[in-house]
Formats: sequence, structure tokens, C-alpha cells
Amino acid sequence: MPVKTMRDAINEALHQAMAEDDSVFVIGEDVAGCNGSQGEVGSVGGVFGVTGGLYKAFGPNRCIDTPISESAIVGAAAGAALVGMRPVAEIMFADFIGVCMDQIVNQMGKFRYMFGGKSTCPAVIRFASGGGFSAASQHSQAMYQILTAFPGLKVVVPSNAYDAKGLLLQAIKDDDPVMFFEPKALYQEACEVPDEMYTIPFGQAAYVREGDDCTVVAFGQMVPRAAAAIDALEAEGISCDLIDPRTTSPLDEAAILESVEATGRLVVVDETPPRCSLTADIAALAADKAFHALKAPIKQVCAPHSPTPFSPELEAEYIPSAEKIIAAIKATLA
Amino acid sequence: MTIPKEKLLRAYRQMKTIREFEERAHAEIMNGQIPGFTHLYTGQEANAVGVCEHLDELDTIISTHRGHGHCIAKGADVIGMMKELFGSSEGLCKGKGGSMHVADIEKGILGANGIVAGGPPISVGSALAAKIRDNGRVAVSFSGDGSVNQGTCFEAMNLAVVLKVPAIFVIENNYYSEHTNISYAVGCDDLKARTEAFGFPVFMADGCDFFSVYEAAGKAIEHARAGNGPAGLFAEQGRFHGHFVGDPQYYRAEGELDDLRENSDCLKVFRGRVTTDGEVSHEELDAIDADVLALIDDAVAAAKAAPRPTAEQVVEDVYVNYGNA
Ligand SMILES: Cc1ncc(C[n+]2csc(CCOP(=O)(O)OP(=O)(O)O)c2C)c(N)n1
Ligand SMILES: [Mg+2]
Repeated sequence: MPVKTMRDAINEALHQAMAEDDSVFVIGEDVAGCNGSQGEVGSVGGVFGVTGGLYKAFGPNRCIDTPISESAIVGAAAGAALVGMRPVAEIMFADFIGVCMDQIVNQMGKFRYMFGGKSTCPAVIRFASGGGFSAASQHSQAMYQILTAFPGLKVVVPSNAYDAKGLLLQAIKDDDPVMFFEPKALYQEACEVPDEMYTIPFGQAAYVREGDDCTVVAFGQMVPRAAAAIDALEAEGISCDLIDPRTTSPLDEAAILESVEATGRLVVVDETPPRCSLTADIAALAADKAFHALKAPIKQVCAPHSPTPFSPELEAEYIPSAEKIIAAIKATLA
Repeated sequence: MTIPKEKLLRAYRQMKTIREFEERAHAEIMNGQIPGFTHLYTGQEANAVGVCEHLDELDTIISTHRGHGHCIAKGADVIGMMKELFGSSEGLCKGKGGSMHVADIEKGILGANGIVAGGPPISVGSALAAKIRDNGRVAVSFSGDGSVNQGTCFEAMNLAVVLKVPAIFVIENNYYSEHTNISYAVGCDDLKARTEAFGFPVFMADGCDFFSVYEAAGKAIEHARAGNGPAGLFAEQGRFHGHFVGDPQYYRAEGELDDLRENSDCLKVFRGRVTTDGEVSHEELDAIDADVLALIDDAVAAAKAAPRPTAEQVVEDVYVNYGNA
């Protein structure tokens, strides 16, 4: 099977979805690039290179550059979806949710409920998410945990190229608004990805590792890091389940609970601060529904309650490391 | 308009300091010494200096992701800034903010800003404080041609008119927002008219000419300081580098950069004019060049030797006071 980066896998999914269904279009800042300039329109293909080639293949009506106007981008996607199109909007950095929150949260996420189930809003919003680049407080946030809190939105966080393609194709087919978070630290990471189209259903976690001693649940760029931590512990005779929920809304509660029932221990890992977080959410789930199976306190490995710092030393301390994940797993076994 | 010689020399020194700061930052980024995303101001120096030469420490500015020039022009400590870019705990923001968040509140620098058009509303708040305190201060927001299409920019402009506050909206048109030309991103043909329709005057400047910016900025700032409400300043001048360091710049026309550096370099334009007028000699400017180079050398050396932040500093500075937590 061919090996592709997450960037290329997402790009391929966009090409295929647009070829298959002409109601699919992409819209965002510099998704084509060079509009109005002397350069060749389409030569940029997104600041992270994810929408490369779409302008050339599908033209200006389906690969649409916008001014810097995030509220209007998301609103336009919401409105087009409300009348039956399948827009895929790009918000360059997930942090810019701060600029367009109303259109996401109060508008597209609530249409169906407010309208008594009589509407659909099959829009996808893609975001580059998360830290690791010394990009400081306004360009490093994961943000998916925030949108997970809003009923009406589906929230996807792939951790590898294979999942990214299948989940994005599902997101585009899905009739609800889907928030698709691409951990930017993983764009260059590659794995085997089939050329053909396939979908991965929402609400189905992936078992990334299987073991007996502890359940580890991790999200996004923390998944490969948790896998590395678990692999390092193998030499010490410790084996863990590693569960990647892949979608935070809907959440595959059953997979997590089943594993916790079997191992009796739980470590939850995410790169966001702890308050109102996914780590707190999953810990509460286990405490509520698998309490009697637990042999040790649940451990949350997450960022501290602070914005993301600039300095690389500070950011390395901020984002959970494999060492911290190892220490947490060992703490549950102590 | 005659500008005292002392001020001319100071303006040149400021522009040269920005230029050398940026060029050294560029070199250190290429060396892998400066982390993160850095946007260089090289080429646009006359905008920042032409505006800030009308301000003192009690006036405020707010800046953008391309903020080094504005901060230096408003008096930020160059060594502290270089340390910040390197991520040192001795940086102006203790290594917490980096290039995109350089700030010095005591000097009236309300911060570079990573969010396009994040600044204008905040600047209106500073202008509102000046109005309430009736202290004659003004608040300048710098933002780019790409910022003018953001809702926050429209809201700030209208609010400034409604409240009649001394806010100056400086729009720096360097023709591009990332990879998109202003001719695409701004839908109307006349951005000046569109902006003036909010209800304030917009003054135009040639951004490669310090004198042009200084004069237009003077009018805008005077208008606001005199209690007439907000004013705008549009300065047009290309940047010499890519959007960020590493930008392939597919949007450039053939020869565009060479032409800019050759024919639209504010330092050359300034030198040409003041030496032709006989106000200032080449030797005087050369002496400033040498001073500035030494200063930037010192700044880089200091930044390389400066202490690095330590783990416990991550959670410091989040709040003034957070109870017992
Ligand atoms: C709200 C928001 N949207 C998008 C970006 C990404 N971005 C950073 S700079 C930039 C272009 C800004 O162009 P302009 O305002 O002309 O300033 P210039 O870079 O030319 O100085 C963009 C799109 C951002 N930082 N914030
Ligand atoms: Mg610009």
C-alpha cells in the first residue's frame, strides 16, 4: 500500500470528494493563493499546503480564496450548507476560532435543533491545530476540546494519515456540521493510505496498542507520543491499551469503558490545559461508569493552566512529553 | 515643512535600527537560532518611524504580527527585543511571547498581535481612556492591507467615530496579505473612500519616503489630538522579504523584489534627500550606521548569552493574583 503524509492524505480526500460530488467546494484564505497577483493563481494551495492542486483541478468556483474574514468564511459555509452545498472551509489556525465563534457555535451548530429538525448543515470546517512550533499563545492551541462542548457540532481529531483521509471523507458525506482538527505537528507524518476512497465512521475509537496493565486514552498529536511511551515501557514488562477516540463528539464511550474494565487503570493524555478538558471529561466518564473496576486513581496528563508559551524550553515543558506519560502510567501501577 | 536636524538624525537612526534588527533577525532565523514564526518589516521602516516620531511615551500604539518595526520606532529596548526573539527569560516578555507578541506597556506599546485586526478595537479602548481622562493622548493602531476586511476593523472604526475618540488607524498597504493581492481581497476600487465613509478623514502617504509619511501622519495625529475624533493614514510600500521567513513568494512579479530594493528603499531615499539638501552629510549618516551595527551586534551577542527560561516559569504571569491555587 502506498505511504502518504497526513497532508497528502487530506489533500487526496479533498480531490476525491470534489471529483465525486460537485456540491463540494473549498473556501478559505489562500486555499488557492496568488489571487490578484502576478503569480499563478492556485500555486500556494493553503498555508500548510493541504489544498494544493484543487484550484487547478476544479477552478475558481470550487477552490475559493477569501479576504481575511473568518466570520464571513464560516458563515458562508454555514449558509451554503443550509441550502444543500457541501462546503469545506479552512480556518488556517484553530486559534482563529476566537474570531468566528458565533458563526460556529450559535449559528451552524444549532440550526437543526432550533429549526425543529427541519434543516441540515453539511459543512466541514478544517483547522490546523495544536502546538509544538514555538508559535506562541495565539497560534498553538488545540481548541477541539472547546467545540466538543457544543451539542450540534461533530468534532474530529485524526492522529495519522490513514484516519485523516477516512474521517475527512466521512465528514464531507456527513449531514451535520463537522469540525475537523488537523494536528499540524502531524502533517509530515506518513503511514500506509489506500488510493481509493473509504470512510471511517464517527464514534468508533481505534485501538492503537493492546495491553493488560493500564488503559491510555490520547488525542491528536498525543497519540503517537503516547504510543512511544507505551513502547518504551514494554522493556519493563508493562503493557497498555492505547485508545484513540478519533472523534471527540460523538465519543466512543464503550471502547474506553471496556478497556478500563479490563485493565483497572486509566491515564488520559491531551495537549490542552486541564480545566473543562477532554482529560477531565474522560476521567469523569470512567469514575462515573467504571468506578468499581478501578484499582488506582485516574491520571490526567495535560498542559498546565496557562496559555501556550513561545520559548521552546517552555513549550517543551508545556506540552505533555513521553516522559510525563510514562510517569503517569507508572503512577497508576505503583 | 521643516524638520529640525536633530529629529532628522533620530529618524534615520530609528529606521536604520529597524533595518539592521530585521536583517540580523533574518540571518539568525536562517541559522536556526530564532524559533517560531517571524514576519519581517524590512522595507516598511519609514511607516513606523514617520508615525512614531509624532508620539511620546504616553501615547499608545498597537501593532501586528509584523511588529518589530513599530515597537522599535516607539522606543522598545532593542536588546530586550532581540532576547525575546531568541526566547530568553530576559526578553522583553520573558520569552513568553516571542516575535509576534513583543510589548512594552510602559512605553505605550500595547503589543504586536498574532490575530489579524486584533489590534484596532484595543486601540479604540486606549483612545477612549484618553478621551475620558481628557489628557490629550492619542492611540495609534498599525494594521495591514489584509486587516481591513476583518469585522473587528470595521467595528473599531465605526465605534471610534461614534465615540469620537482620538484613534488613528494606520493601514500599511504592502500589497499582499500572505499570498493574496489587495486588488483581490478588497472588493471595491477605492479603499480610501470606503474608509472615509465611516466618517473620518484618511491621509495618504508614500511609505518609502519618511517625509511623506511624517507629514501625512502629522495631519492625522493632529486631527485626533485636537478632539476631532479618529483619523486614518494609508501608507503604501512593499516589504522586502516574504510574508514569513521561508515564504516562496510565488505572488511576486518578475524583478519585483529587485525593483523594490533598488527604487523604494526608505533609507536610500532619505539619505539622497537630506544630503542633496545639504542638511545632513554622508559622514553623519555613516556614523549612525556604524553605531547601529554595533548596537545590533551587541543585541545578538546579548541574546545568545542570555539565560534560558526554566520549567517553573511556564505557569508564572498568567494572572496578577489567582487566590490559593
Ligand atoms: C484572524 C487571523 N486570520 C488569519 C491570520 C493569518 N495571517 C497572518 S498574517 C496574515 C496576512 C496579513 O496581511 P496584512 O494585514 O496585509 O499584513 P502584512 O502581513 O502584509 O504585514 C494572515 C492571513 C491571522 N494571523 N489572524
Ligand atoms: Mg499586507
